[in-house]
Amino acid sequence: MSRRQRNWEALSFQIVMTVIAMLALILIVSPSLVVLIVSFTSGFSLKFPPPGYSTRWYVELWNAWQLQFAARNSLVVALWSTGLSIVLGVAAALAISRSKTLTAKLLDSLFMSPLVLPALAFGLAALMFFSLIGLPVSLLTLVIGHTIVCVPYVVRNTVAALAQLEPTLLESSAILGASRLYTFRRIVLPLIRPGIISGAFIAFMSSFDNVPVSLFLRDAATDMLPIRMWQDLEGKLDVTIAALSSVLIIATVALMAIMERTTGLSKRLTG
Amino acid sequence: MKSATTAPGDVTSFSLGLALPLGLAFAIFFVLPLAQLVYLSLHNDTAATVWGLGQYVKFLTDPFSLAVLGSTLLLGAEVTLTCLVLGYPIAWLYQRSGSRVQTLIIMIVLLPLLTSVVVRTFAWIVILGRQGIINSVLQSLGLIGTPLRMIYTQGGLIAALAQVQMPLMVLPLITAIGRIDPNLSDASASLGAGSWRTFVKVMLPLSMPGIIAGCTLTYAAAITAFITQSLVGGGQMLFMPMYLYQQASTLQNWPFAAAISIIFLFAVLAIVALFSTLGRRARGYGDAR
Repeated sequence: MSRRQRNWEALSFQIVMTVIAMLALILIVSPSLVVLIVSFTSGFSLKFPPPGYSTRWYVELWNAWQLQFAARNSLVVALWSTGLSIVLGVAAALAISRSKTLTAKLLDSLFMSPLVLPALAFGLAALMFFSLIGLPVSLLTLVIGHTIVCVPYVVRNTVAALAQLEPTLLESSAILGASRLYTFRRIVLPLIRPGIISGAFIAFMSSFDNVPVSLFLRDAATDMLPIRMWQDLEGKLDVTIAALSSVLIIATVALMAIMERTTGLSKRLTG
Repeated sequence: MKSATTAPGDVTSFSLGLALPLGLAFAIFFVLPLAQLVYLSLHNDTAATVWGLGQYVKFLTDPFSLAVLGSTLLLGAEVTLTCLVLGYPIAWLYQRSGSRVQTLIIMIVLLPLLTSVVVRTFAWIVILGRQGIINSVLQSLGLIGTPLRMIYTQGGLIAALAQVQMPLMVLPLITAIGRIDPNLSDASASLGAGSWRTFVKVMLPLSMPGIIAGCTLTYAAAITAFITQSLVGGGQMLFMPMYLYQQASTLQNWPFAAAISIIFLFAVLAIVALFSTLGRRARGYGDAR
């Protein structure tokens, strides 16, 4: 191949790959931008571009008590599930990460399995189980169901953080006379904290956004935000949902920025 | 004070008993419910008194149910392929960029992963709708007279699902491409292979673990994406998650819903197994070259 042909060949490859990558990145970002813009419409429809701009739908959102009620429930369930996931998940991660026994391996697969399994099947199974043991659906059953599907994120991130912990640090601490608990508090915990926090963050987000489990375990008294929004959208295309969506997008971006600063979230998710 | 003779394993590992609380929670609230799901699916009547494989026979002999299963699996394949074609160049661009651009790309890719799925789906309703952005642009360019119907179509659904699931494809690809020794591409080039040839013969086979991982995650997520399927797909297209939900909630037919869940679960597991087998084959092929 001549040099010229070669350059042209390399250039064509780079152009094609870069153009597709750019288009794909635009495809990923544009829906969020479209929602942000349309939420400031002055009209009654989701027409794009909007006929005029106003903040009326944010005022509308301020009065939408059904959405606010569902949002509060979702927040309560997400906070409880995340708390439980941290306590149970970190303890389990400590137990299985440094053990090479078959039991530890099996437990690891068990704790990870909610990620592979279609969550809708678990949601249905949980509903049937709670009705069998006579526990009516409530915020409690929602917290239990959410904890099961969210704890894998905490376990996985904590195990990953523990894998990078130098065993010699623990030995040195013991040789210097520190107790196991003291070593845990002063050496282990500070070093694995970013891993725990990023796992908890993902667990929180996935609980707040959970559909398949909430779908079966909620009722009118324990309405959850994603389900409420879905049912609203099935009925009518309300611009209030656009305002709410914008609030959620901005909150997500802000949380992501904080997590990136404090724990380097992006590096954790790409290994 | 610990003596020097203590085995290092004693201080560097933690008791397995720490896994007990979560283990118990999983036994009661995860394993038991799933066992009950299997138990219920093995009964022929809704009151669960008559044992039998009736629910499974009913599903596997019913053309309607089989069509729902088939279209769900096909939808997953279409979305996965779209994500791979669009996602691979993103991962490629990431590995060639400086660290600032890398952070930007990761943030763009992560944004949809962490944004509520209802919000992401809602965005597509705005985009694909009769008064949406695509129809507005086409109409203002004079390309169409009346608005196109794009929402509630297979094409619209594939586009929406591909965008919603893209992060699941891109993240493993970024990891896999990052592990490829850059010297290999240089070696390929210095031996006379062009960029396209190097891409097909060196990069693609070596990034196969990431491709397989990405495809598995995307596929599983696309076929179980209840909200997106229901809102963008609309009432005419029925997929397994909605079928399951209708049988369980609207019709209260729990044994049949349980059987649908089990069949769906095994379909997902079979696809995952298929991907990993293909992955091993493809890796062997790549090594042989």
